[in-house]
Amino acid sequence: MHLISNIVVVLLIVGAVWAARAVARDRFWRENAIQLWRRRRLTIVVIAVYLAIGLLDSMAWVSAGGDRLTSDKPRTLIDRLFQPESFSEASYSAPLASVGFYGGQPLKHPGAHLLGTDILGRDVVYRTLKGVRVALLIGGLTSLVVIPIALLFGVSAGYFGRRIDDAVFFVMTVLASVPTLLLLIALIMALGKGTVQVCVALGVTGWVHFCRIARGETLKLREADFVAAARALGVSDRRIITRHILPNIAHLIIITFALSFTALVLSETILSYLGIGLDGSWGQMIDQARNELSRTPIVWWNLAGASVALFALVLAVNMIADAMRDIIDPRTRREER
Amino acid sequence: MSAPLLTVEGLSVSFPGDGESRMRVVDRVGFSIAAGETLALVGESGCGKSMTALAIMRLIPKPGRIEAGSQIGFEARDVLSLSVPQMRAVRGARIGMIFQEPQTSLNPVTTVGSQVVEAIALHTQVSGSAARKRVVELFAQVGIPDPASRFDAYPHQLSGGLKQRVMIAMAMALRPRLLIADEPTTALDATIRAQILELLRNLSATTGTAVLLITHDFGVVNEVADRVAVMYAGQIVEEGTRVELLSRPRHPYTQGLLRSIPKPEARGHRLEEIKGAVPRPGHWPTGCRFHTRCTFAFEPCPAQEPARTAVSTTQAARCHLVAREIGP
Repeated sequence: MHLISNIVVVLLIVGAVWAARAVARDRFWRENAIQLWRRRRLTIVVIAVYLAIGLLDSMAWVSAGGDRLTSDKPRTLIDRLFQPESFSEASYSAPLASVGFYGGQPLKHPGAHLLGTDILGRDVVYRTLKGVRVALLIGGLTSLVVIPIALLFGVSAGYFGRRIDDAVFFVMTVLASVPTLLLLIALIMALGKGTVQVCVALGVTGWVHFCRIARGETLKLREADFVAAARALGVSDRRIITRHILPNIAHLIIITFALSFTALVLSETILSYLGIGLDGSWGQMIDQARNELSRTPIVWWNLAGASVALFALVLAVNMIADAMRDIIDPRTRREER
Repeated sequence: MSAPLLTVEGLSVSFPGDGESRMRVVDRVGFSIAAGETLALVGESGCGKSMTALAIMRLIPKPGRIEAGSQIGFEARDVLSLSVPQMRAVRGARIGMIFQEPQTSLNPVTTVGSQVVEAIALHTQVSGSAARKRVVELFAQVGIPDPASRFDAYPHQLSGGLKQRVMIAMAMALRPRLLIADEPTTALDATIRAQILELLRNLSATTGTAVLLITHDFGVVNEVADRVAVMYAGQIVEEGTRVELLSRPRHPYTQGLLRSIPKPEARGHRLEEIKGAVPRPGHWPTGCRFHTRCTFAFEPCPAQEPARTAVSTTQAARCHLVAREIGP
């Protein structure tokens, strides 16, 4: 299992390098990338940190040697940094405390737990960092599956119309008429609990919305004068779609990607609340915090760690999407001459 | 005269009407254009002139279709029997087209230069830098100031007149033999209009490209046309050379159109107009389609469709009155 995930990480890094080189080569994209960097420096850094943590946490390996507790399981860099098996307490402890939350007996690692420990004594910073990968998987994997499917169906339905449109619209209407949450639960029950299964379940229910947007926009663009002009130049349907329709809905794709990414990350917390979330997610941490909030004195650090991480990720992605939309769409681009 | 570049015969275009019937928005239209010639197709809105142009490109929007019996010959080929890929090769390369609205006829998210490059690259094999050079030349040719830097401009950075010049550059990029200009100046203001018309005239003269100019404006006709065909209710009612039609129009409709142009010397007088409105497409009156609005209508007009009557070797009209005057 960890091998597959390692291969995916390598592929992702290779893909990112390749994309970066492609962007650097093309003047249009290079300028856009520079613009984006100028406008959203901090946001890009935040997202880069999240991505780095997520990637580091996806690369696991089994180390030779070590003690019996740690050597037989593949462990990532994050695991190795925190050594969760030994870097833990008996139960709750407040951030940077030197004594336990209940009873007040001295801790094994006094003053070392930046955000304290949870009910089982696990370090909250470690758990929060582990949640990054889950969140990125939920948002990224699902979006990457959903958007191409929605685009394919939406654009072809809008462009070719008639029977293709009827078929796509029928499927969309049927899916949209089933209560989303119910369908989600049913799918997860049927597929089993697991990252990929949850992503598929979220994807099946999630593509309809974007498909509808893509279809509507394509319907509009199909009648646009510049599409008629392209036809009069002898441009084929496929080229009209790739050269004229897709670039004109690119801003929609980016906004939808960001919105669906953040919506998916947030919806995972709801799934966790219902008990069908992913293990190690922020949603589960927040779910646990329900009980912790009623304790006196209040146990707030578990909730705070997960919420702040969640909030920062969602905000950063939304801000990037907003800036990208402004930059990509020449109609809203600031003139800088 | 050698064989004409474009011949259209008995061209009918129909759309689904009420129930099973189909209404003909273009009905048995025929004309021809010689190489290098400019033919103006004149008529009110809804008379079928744009549909005629689209039919030549085989771009009639569904559910419309070209009726059986129509014939379009272009460069000695039967346009209506060409396969789809063959037709795509004709569009752009052999027949160029420019549209009424330069504001919306360019893709807003790519640079104008790359759009013209696309037009060139579609039909010929050229390297990127050669295509760019060719486009800059074209931009200079159509009178775009500072063509090299305009290459990288987006449509919204150009004025309407410049955009129309880009459209003309795009349509002329492959030196087509025929340029169809569908109301190319309607959306532009008067000073720009004169410049664009002059540009079209010069291009046609220097490259030998024939122009099918669709317009409702006799001012435009007077400036560029060699010959004129007047359309009414889906049919050509009169055709002739520019001088013939503008100085000696025979069809009451052409006469009415010309009279309804505001004249400076007629200040203070009420502007003459043709009473009534163009009948709804597909609901044409019987007999002569103009008889409901014609001040000269007499017995045969509502009953019998007038035949084409030659007035001179170049002028002809579809009118019972003209037929009676000329005599059998």
